[in-house]
Amino acid sequence: MKDVKSPASKNTTPGKGGLNAEIQSRIGHQLRAMYDDVVRQGVPERFAELIRKLDVPEDISQVGDNGGSNEQNGRE
Amino acid sequence: MPLTESLRDDILASVPSLRAFAISLSGNGDRADDLVQETLLRALANIDSFQPGSNLPAWLFTILRNLFRSDYRKRRREVEDAEGNYAKTLKTQPAQNAHLEFEEFRVALDKLPQDQREALILVGASGFSYEDAAAICGCAVGTIKSRVNRARSKLAALLYVDGAEDFGPDETVRAVIGGNG
Repeated sequence: MKDVKSPASKNTTPGKGGLNAEIQSRIGHQLRAMYDDVVRQGVPERFAELIRKLDVPEDISQVGDNGGSNEQNGRE
Repeated sequence: MPLTESLRDDILASVPSLRAFAISLSGNGDRADDLVQETLLRALANIDSFQPGSNLPAWLFTILRNLFRSDYRKRRREVEDAEGNYAKTLKTQPAQNAHLEFEEFRVALDKLPQDQREALILVGASGFSYEDAAAICGCAVGTIKSRVNRARSKLAALLYVDGAEDFGPDETVRAVIGGNG
């Protein structure tokens, strides 16, 4: 286990693993912000198209609104 | 199990987090989307091996992670690429200050060993349990825990050297970001 710089005396009580709890939460926050930024972009058309085009066995599927097929350009 | 409509919808619903995972791993938006595409194709081709009722996101993440790993062995990722391209994948550009902080974080994350980075992302961002993350990475739960801890320690050392009140990047990180500092 690697030692983070020994906590300076000005610091309040170090959390688990010698890490200040506030730093821990800041890291967690940054990580999720980065990640969620991408999640919020939703499903790019490229993937929606790819999955939509797949055949589902007939007895289960009755894709009603499959009429408006605008797959003129599947890929950019 | 066969591909049902609801399974297809579930796969579709997993795409945003698969992309986030792929971008976090590779640091490169274009490559990440190729990785997601390959993951989806592989998942669909092997859909019969998916156990109904088991954790679909974990199954998909496992495929993506393995693809990334085999790809990673072939070509080493380029750090400079990660810096520039990641920002471009974002639709909403953070404000100036937040953006810089964000880049610093990204660069620091890239410095982590592969094992630690993926463990941290799976647990800290994707929200998987330690058990699921261990299954995805094919290792013991204890191993995941220690990787996550080491990842956090290292990030803290890189980003917040002297503690929370000292909120500047360290010299190495600054040099990497600025290039001319």
